[in-house]
Amino acid sequence: MRLQDLQQPAVSSKVFIQRDYSSGTICKFQTKFPSELESRMDKQQFEETMQTLNNLYAEAEKLGGKSYLEGCLACLTAYTVFLCMETHYEKVLKKIARYIKDQNEKIYAPRGLLLTDPLERGLRVVEITIFEDRSIGSGR
Amino acid sequence: MSQIQHAVPDGPMRYTQICTRRTSCSSPPTSSSAAGTEPPSCPGHRGRTPRRKWQVFPGRNRFYCDGRVMMARQTGVFYLTLVLILLTSGLFFAFDCPYLASNLSPAIPAVGAVLFVFVMGMLFRASFSDPGVLPRATPDEAADLERQIDSTSCSKPPPRTREVLINGQTVKLKYCFTCKIFRPPRASHCSLCDNCVERFDHHCPWVGNCVGRRNYRFFYLFILSLSFLTIFIFSFVITHVVLRSNRTGFLTTLKDSPVVVCFFSVWSIVGLSGFHTYLISSNQTTNEDIKGTWSRKEGKDNYNPYSYGNVLTNCCAALCGPLPPSLIDRRGPIQADTPQTAPQSNGTGGGSYAPTQLHSHMVGGYHPGRLQHGAKLPVNSATFMQQRFPFVPLSFYIY
Repeated sequence: MRLQDLQQPAVSSKVFIQRDYSSGTICKFQTKFPSELESRMDKQQFEETMQTLNNLYAEAEKLGGKSYLEGCLACLTAYTVFLCMETHYEKVLKKIARYIKDQNEKIYAPRGLLLTDPLERGLRVVEITIFEDRSIGSGR
Repeated sequence: MSQIQHAVPDGPMRYTQICTRRTSCSSPPTSSSAAGTEPPSCPGHRGRTPRRKWQVFPGRNRFYCDGRVMMARQTGVFYLTLVLILLTSGLFFAFDCPYLASNLSPAIPAVGAVLFVFVMGMLFRASFSDPGVLPRATPDEAADLERQIDSTSCSKPPPRTREVLINGQTVKLKYCFTCKIFRPPRASHCSLCDNCVERFDHHCPWVGNCVGRRNYRFFYLFILSLSFLTIFIFSFVITHVVLRSNRTGFLTTLKDSPVVVCFFSVWSIVGLSGFHTYLISSNQTTNEDIKGTWSRKEGKDNYNPYSYGNVLTNCCAALCGPLPPSLIDRRGPIQADTPQTAPQSNGTGGGSYAPTQLHSHMVGGYHPGRLQHGAKLPVNSATFMQQRFPFVPLSFYIY
């Protein structure tokens, strides 16, 4: 089945989950369940998604022996080491992208929702697009 | 400069294979070019259909090398910096090093060369990289924020600040009218570059760029290594003059050396390095220090909530902490696919946000490669396909 054959879904609305700055400048999103999603999915699943995302971002920005080692090595090689290897942050961002894709496939798309990777919005918001529910409409 | 140009030799090759941009530009297609060469750069030239996001970037920045290099609009003082450093070092290597190498030690020009290369490397890194610019809000986001602001207040005009408690300190987040976002803590809007920058330190004309979260360590290493270089040159030039003046006159030797330039720059650069060392150890930005945000005020318990408590952790975090990637994806292709908005949606007042399809994706931030134009996402999951192309290495965007 080709994509062009499928009916184009219309966006009904978008929900934006804002950043939570209570722990400082680290990347963390609010886990409060938005009211617009109440009819579409349950609270616990949403909170689990957000919590996992927050944990992944915390892992990316974690200060510790490994990140210091990477930083020192980079400085000593005048930052040329990043020509051949990825930074730890980048690795975690890829992990986050895979997680979001996975969540979309398993949980959000069946409910007519789409989670947008916050990296596409400058790490400001998690955008959740709510599509019109056409499961009872004609001509699918 | 060459250090940056050849930074990601596989970048253009791999990217061309997956991106879906139209080759409407008459420049030779990148797929046929060898790795390491770039298409002709056209800074600021927007006559043709824009292909990459840097060409429609809303801020007042200049881009070179097809978006790899990002600087402020006014770069005159940066060239002055370059000339001063090159001239001083050039004179040192040309006139003083031969004598010093033969009479004292050949390690002197060697150490000098290493220092010089490090200084130039850090200068280019600080000048050419993205300081941590926050992309502007998409029209939908901006509309959502406006609605939230209007609904939470009954007074006109509605307050455009949010308060947040960070480590026990109340911090006010201000709304940026240009970028249409609530600025994260420590971010500030640079009026020269017309961008909001994360952890904004200051706009440095000598470096020709803002100094923010992503390039602060390079800026600091630049001024630190430059202090060492100027002290190094200054002391060895004086040594040379003293040694030479035993044979020839003092004044004749003096006129051949770059002492005068060094003398004035030593104090200012060393002073600046000292100041930034203090800022790093207390985890403050120049912006916060100048405004006295965390200084002790009478009757108020004011302290810096971002400080880690001890000098060593603050220094390590600033210099060796993880380097976040660029959020603006300046080399990404411009996408034209946007989902339809149903008429009865959240009351988006489209007119005030210039909601062209192109624009809404411009300000959105980073987009990994998406499917071809027109492909939309179906609701039913059985045929759900959000084809994500394998990521281009993000070090591509690290600058």
